[in-house]
Amino acid sequence: MSSGLGFALLLVLAPLLPAVAAKTVAALTGRRGAGLLQPYRDLRRLLGKGVVYGAVTTWIFRAAPVLWLLSAIGAAALVPPAGHAALVRFPGDPFLFTGLLALGRFALTLGALDTGSSFEGMGASRELQIGSFAEPALFVALFTLALATRGSSMSELFGAPVGAAWLTVGASLAMVTLSLGMLLLAEAARGPIDDPTTHLELTMIHEVMALDHSGPDLALILYGSAVRFALFGALLVDLAWPAGGLSDLAATARLGLGLVAVAVLVGIVESSMARLRLLRIPQYLVSAGILASLGALLLLR
Amino acid sequence: MIPLSEALLLLVLLGDFAVLGASRLTFTIRITAFQGFLLGMLPLAIHHPWTGQGFLLASGTMVVKGLVLPNVLRWAMREAAVRREMEPSLGPLSSVAAGLVALGLGLALGRHLPALEPTLPRLLVATSLTTVMCGFLVLTTRRKAMTQVVGYLLLENGVYLFGMTLAGRVPLLVEMGVLLDLLVGVFIMGLVVFHMNRELESLDSARLAELHD
Amino acid sequence: MSLLLLLAVPLAGVVAVSCDPRRARRLVWLALAALAHLVLLGFAWGGRLRDSRVLWLGFDPLGGLVLTLVSVVFLAVAGHSAVYLQRRVPRGGRAYEACLLGFLTSASALCLTDHFGVLWVAMEATTLATAPLIYDPGDRHSIEAVWKYLVICSVGIALALLGTFLLALAQGANAPDLLRSSLVAARALEPMWFKAAFVFLFIGYGTKVGLVPMHTWLPDAHGEAPSPISALLSGALLNLAFLAILRVVQVARAAGQQRLLAPVLIGFGLGSVLVATALLLRQRNYKRMLAYSSVEHMGILTVGIGLGQAAGFGALLHMLGAALAKALLFLVAGNVLIEYRSKRIGDVTGLLERLPISGALLVAGFFVLAGAPPFPLFFSELAILRGAIQAGAPWVAAGLVLLQLVAFIGLGVRIVSMVQGGSAPGESRANESALLLASPVVLLGAALALGLGLIPSLQNVLLAAAATLGGSAP
Repeated sequence: MSSGLGFALLLVLAPLLPAVAAKTVAALTGRRGAGLLQPYRDLRRLLGKGVVYGAVTTWIFRAAPVLWLLSAIGAAALVPPAGHAALVRFPGDPFLFTGLLALGRFALTLGALDTGSSFEGMGASRELQIGSFAEPALFVALFTLALATRGSSMSELFGAPVGAAWLTVGASLAMVTLSLGMLLLAEAARGPIDDPTTHLELTMIHEVMALDHSGPDLALILYGSAVRFALFGALLVDLAWPAGGLSDLAATARLGLGLVAVAVLVGIVESSMARLRLLRIPQYLVSAGILASLGALLLLR
Repeated sequence: MIPLSEALLLLVLLGDFAVLGASRLTFTIRITAFQGFLLGMLPLAIHHPWTGQGFLLASGTMVVKGLVLPNVLRWAMREAAVRREMEPSLGPLSSVAAGLVALGLGLALGRHLPALEPTLPRLLVATSLTTVMCGFLVLTTRRKAMTQVVGYLLLENGVYLFGMTLAGRVPLLVEMGVLLDLLVGVFIMGLVVFHMNRELESLDSARLAELHD
Repeated sequence: MSLLLLLAVPLAGVVAVSCDPRRARRLVWLALAALAHLVLLGFAWGGRLRDSRVLWLGFDPLGGLVLTLVSVVFLAVAGHSAVYLQRRVPRGGRAYEACLLGFLTSASALCLTDHFGVLWVAMEATTLATAPLIYDPGDRHSIEAVWKYLVICSVGIALALLGTFLLALAQGANAPDLLRSSLVAARALEPMWFKAAFVFLFIGYGTKVGLVPMHTWLPDAHGEAPSPISALLSGALLNLAFLAILRVVQVARAAGQQRLLAPVLIGFGLGSVLVATALLLRQRNYKRMLAYSSVEHMGILTVGIGLGQAAGFGALLHMLGAALAKALLFLVAGNVLIEYRSKRIGDVTGLLERLPISGALLVAGFFVLAGAPPFPLFFSELAILRGAIQAGAPWVAAGLVLLQLVAFIGLGVRIVSMVQGGSAPGESRANESALLLASPVVLLGAALALGLGLIPSLQNVLLAAAATLGGSAP
């Protein structure tokens, strides 16, 4: 599959994933839930609406959703879909990857702070706390992968060498997969970290960032979150289901099926666990980091 | 993929970190029991012609460490209303960080010692030393007497790891003796904890500081 | 007859005691078992008991020496317990006697076995058997003492188990067993594994010996236990743990690792003497004072073995003498406690007036411990000092002399303050039960016999045992 096709597929499939997760939760809790295409309809609806800005906000507030989406798309461009090379690749691009994710979070947080409301301040501190623990964990996971596959670009870390690495250093790869799974829940603001269906302000983390935006801005934020979900999902699929050299159709199917499977798993986790207490979130993220560092230590012996 | 024995050792290591980061007592007891099961499976995973002795040892370990010991501890706690650890000297995050340091030390020491025979898993020395150090950590930084017993169990698990892998060489009688001693030891500790709760109405060992110089 | 009898007799005693509800009969079983054990030991020395393959039992000079010491102390303690317990509110009777006999069984297994694994199991068994005995008074102080004892000693022994397993690994794949005789004969131990094993074994068993810095359980346990049990702990248990270390030393010497031994043993030993002496000077509780004195003497023993040559012989003689003295002192302390009902030194005065024989025994015990002739510690101290000079470490000798002088003054001042002085008005000479005095007197007599060389062929046995540890004639 060519890189462009994979990238486009990722972007198109992105809004589907939250819907699949929500559908899984609904099915497990005895409801029918919203339709699978609901996020697409939401996006179209929001794009057509007008937008309202607070009087105290500046250009930062307007730029935040754009930066959020652009950084997510940029990071997605670095992710190798279906074992092929990514759209953009160069040695050392894991740093760019992490940096883009951090930039997006930073921009969104600044936009929220720009509203001058204390509620957004609270949300911003929570969001940055998650970021400050999740990003080092992500670094460690990428570092362990680099040790295992001896690669220096995301396409090498998640690409062809993974299959061979499972046979030799499978334990470390298992640790990293588990760690990235835990990080997906944090970065995509799902699962036990952040309940996406909550309506209680004091339990929100990511929704606080999105609360004041409206219309197209909100659409950009929702879509950006979905893209982040999708790109982490693609990374997990690359790790857990290494398969290179497939035909275009097979690779497309693999990516699609894999992403849906990840979304279903997320749904299962979400429906079986209550949201973690805020005190526990750093412990959770540090555990993800420790799993990854365990994998690294096993490689260094 | 990975050999079963190495996977078992990895799970033991994960269990160590789980105990370090946990704050609920019953959870930590379950983790040590689970480690006991893993330890019981270890000789079966390593020595491939399964001897009757090995099987006896494995099942004995699993029964004692996995089933009997947690029940002894639960029995000892029946009157005490202790479920959570209160304010240990080292919080869960710091304990886990210390556990990582212990892991690094264990790996370094494992590298320092000469190589094991090829039949034994490579992770053995590191896992054993790390588990011993984590048990020590729990023992010294927790205040509730019950959690100190859990730390002791963790330490014994680490030491027993070695015994499990040497199952062919140490006579069955001795291994059974070790298990029996552990059982009686934990039983007596449970008895003392029970009396401690009766006498002091608390299991906080900070109250056990009257004898000193 | 096989050596198994030495284990079977106390074990039978455990069964008998557990099944008998009447206290008087239980004490009879206890006394009978202790006597029978000592008699059997006599047969063993005469060569009439065969080795046994079960538990790998064998009778060698060192093990026999320690077991005889344990048996003698046990007999004294058992006899004394029978009377002592009737003066206090008795708690779990059956458990007390059963645990005592269980202790004797495991001690026999420990001394006689050739296998390091069985040694470990027996050592842990002695710890577990003595824990309920320490808890016998049942108050909060004894709970604290027994908890510390259990936790610290169990951790130490777990580390010793790790050392035992590492010892098995040190043999390599071709000679896989833990028999001391084959380890000694093998001489082909992998050095790095052996060093790791030695570290863990020393620290582990050293915890039970009471070496600093693993000694923190000792003053509490020996101070809070009932006095006969304190005598058992100081006189017998510490020496059993010391025997375990001696077994490790035997293997280390055979493996050619002597250079590892000396600094470790001398370092920990001197450290123990130093810390024990320093803390001794602060004591206001006479039982804790005696406990710290035990730590000090175990330190001296360790230094002696580390120095080797004449000091090795001296250390073994010192072990015998100090154990007898300690047991004697603790038993007398028990009598004092019954009369004065306080463990504080300040509360005890005029002992020679109220309890003249016990007071005299206390002073006599102090002289035995201080190394006055003709008691054995005089000769053993001389041998250790000679060994220090032979080994080219005169500073060790100087340090030992200095520290022991300080300890002598500290201990002496306190004992004199207890013994002298007039008693409070209204208190008169109390009736001293002869039964409570019998055991201490017997122990004193044994120490005297030891010093005067009245025990036949003891010298040869000591020399034979010391030779395996690098000792020689003084």
